[in-house]
Amino acid sequence: MKYQSQSVAKLYFIAAIGLFVGQILFGLVMGLQYVVGDFLFPEIPFNVARMVHTNLLIVWLLFGFMGSAYYLVPEEAERELVAPWLAKLMFWIFLAAGAATIVGYLLLSYSDLAKLTQDDLLPTMGREFLEQPTITKLGIVVVALAFLFSIGMTILKGRKTVVNLVLLIGLTGLAVFFLFSFYNPENLVLDKYYWWWVVHLWVEGVWELILGSILAFILIKTTGVDREVIEKWLYVIIAMTLITGLIGTGHHYYWIGTPAFWQWWGSIFSAMEPIPFFMMTIFAFNMVNRRRRNHPNKAAVLWALGTAVMAFLGAGVWGFLHTLAPVNYYTHGTQITAAHGHMAFYGAYVMIVLAMISYAMPMLRGRRAANSPRSQVLEMWSFWLMTVSMVFITLFLTGAGILQTYLQRYSDQPLDFMTVQDKISLFYWLRELAGAVFLIGLVIYVVSFFAGTDEPEVAEKVEVDA
Amino acid sequence: MTEKNRQPPGDLAIWIFICAELGVFAVFFAAYAFTRAQHVELFNRYQQTLNSNYALINTLALITSSYFVVRAVAAIRDDHQRSCARWLGAAIAMGGVFLVVKSMEYHHHFSAGVTLSTNTFYMFYLSLTFFHFMHVLMGMVILAAVALKARRGGYSASAYTGVETGASYWHMVDLVWIILFPLVYVMR
Repeated sequence: MKYQSQSVAKLYFIAAIGLFVGQILFGLVMGLQYVVGDFLFPEIPFNVARMVHTNLLIVWLLFGFMGSAYYLVPEEAERELVAPWLAKLMFWIFLAAGAATIVGYLLLSYSDLAKLTQDDLLPTMGREFLEQPTITKLGIVVVALAFLFSIGMTILKGRKTVVNLVLLIGLTGLAVFFLFSFYNPENLVLDKYYWWWVVHLWVEGVWELILGSILAFILIKTTGVDREVIEKWLYVIIAMTLITGLIGTGHHYYWIGTPAFWQWWGSIFSAMEPIPFFMMTIFAFNMVNRRRRNHPNKAAVLWALGTAVMAFLGAGVWGFLHTLAPVNYYTHGTQITAAHGHMAFYGAYVMIVLAMISYAMPMLRGRRAANSPRSQVLEMWSFWLMTVSMVFITLFLTGAGILQTYLQRYSDQPLDFMTVQDKISLFYWLRELAGAVFLIGLVIYVVSFFAGTDEPEVAEKVEVDA
Repeated sequence: MTEKNRQPPGDLAIWIFICAELGVFAVFFAAYAFTRAQHVELFNRYQQTLNSNYALINTLALITSSYFVVRAVAAIRDDHQRSCARWLGAAIAMGGVFLVVKSMEYHHHFSAGVTLSTNTFYMFYLSLTFFHFMHVLMGMVILAAVALKARRGGYSASAYTGVETGASYWHMVDLVWIILFPLVYVMR
């Protein structure tokens, strides 16, 4: 760690991992509810478990992004963070607001939560993924503004690098597009139209810039390849991301009442969305192959390469699977979507945050560059357990989705929704099994932080140019 | 290997970008072709409402601009920085001609009440040409950045990858129009 103020990242990373564990537990609960419908009813109904599972994901990824930014920006800007006390204060506010919201979901009925938080003053609740009470949303805006102030001022006062600027654009976009969560028009078409400006333009737009810049940072640090080379790739990747991702929003506008040209725009541009992800894969492997140093933190490099592959598969390939309008006509809202959602979020965003944590945490905990071999071995085991089980979750959900699409919408005698759900329950059981393996991987991941803490780290082997 | 005969010219990254861009246009053109095959009459009827004279002027403007760009690369290879910047300026000006003429065309159609939802032909016409329009704009920005650097003496006969990079992108923009023009305006 080069700058003292980078240490605020540690708080954010610890909170992120804690919430990650919560997210997975609720995922397992609702995975079981798919096949044992009244499991934990009425304490935790399915809709609540789902809300907690998805909201926790978003919140812990935000913690992860913020932590990453607090670690990365000072190092890139070559100066201490502006107002680190603000970063600490915002951490506690964000954590308290997040925890209170989850407790509200669990203890109150959703309508009572709406009443308690005075949702009728500025109604924003009741929409998928944006279920948070209005007051929580306002809290998120305050936290985001303070965060952008700290990060933005540090960048302005310090050295400006492409990595920093791309990250700043991504984070600013994240904050700006979140504002559309306050726009809640009566017209359902308009409501959905702008709802996607938060949901889609986050995950298939500005978040990809955050992903790209964090990946570039880790690669610069671990491979020793010239910054110029890495920055050039970053430019090309983000340009392609923006061209395909922004207009690619159209793949959500096929059937919600928007004009028909969106079926063409959405299909063509989103069919191209895998390209920047594929570039990212080539980029990561290329840089690691051209490395000038063998960084002792093997686990971090593994996560970085892993995210480049899994993001391409999950976001790119599984997205393409159902993005063309004629295909989506049949697959819309089936388990195919769930399969894509799981692997894309894991591959692109979970793994990049874990890569950053893996890279930064040893330094944040006082080591020179890496954890002890024992800790790294455990971490790499957790990488493989989580990644392989996520592949299986995705495959089982894809199987379920194909069968569901056929039985419910394509066959000569289409069956009703619940009958089909019964027929595909075997896939749900298998998915739950894979989910349990994922949890084992996650437990090992947490354990890796406490293993071999008193053992020395491996020394770096410097590679000599032939 | 000397800079002069290195393949591909310019930066490798721009070629990856160019390939990706050509991929998008290729899909767009293929979609146009397949849809046209199903609605030949509709496409032929509304194609006649397009002003192919304007499009011809634009084709000439872009081809000329590409020639100017070639001259700019030749100039910097001979270490003529000022002249390189001037040829690039001329290419940007021809890009400007394209934008003005294209805007006149759009004005004509929009004032006739044409939108993306009017019919399938206009949907394709407006989408394809507008997407290309944005690329001309982006190409001009890239050329302008290169021209400014050239004027400040940022390139020389031994280091001119940037000029070739910008030139490669601009030729791509030109190439797409050379396919787009016959496909949308002329072919019947």
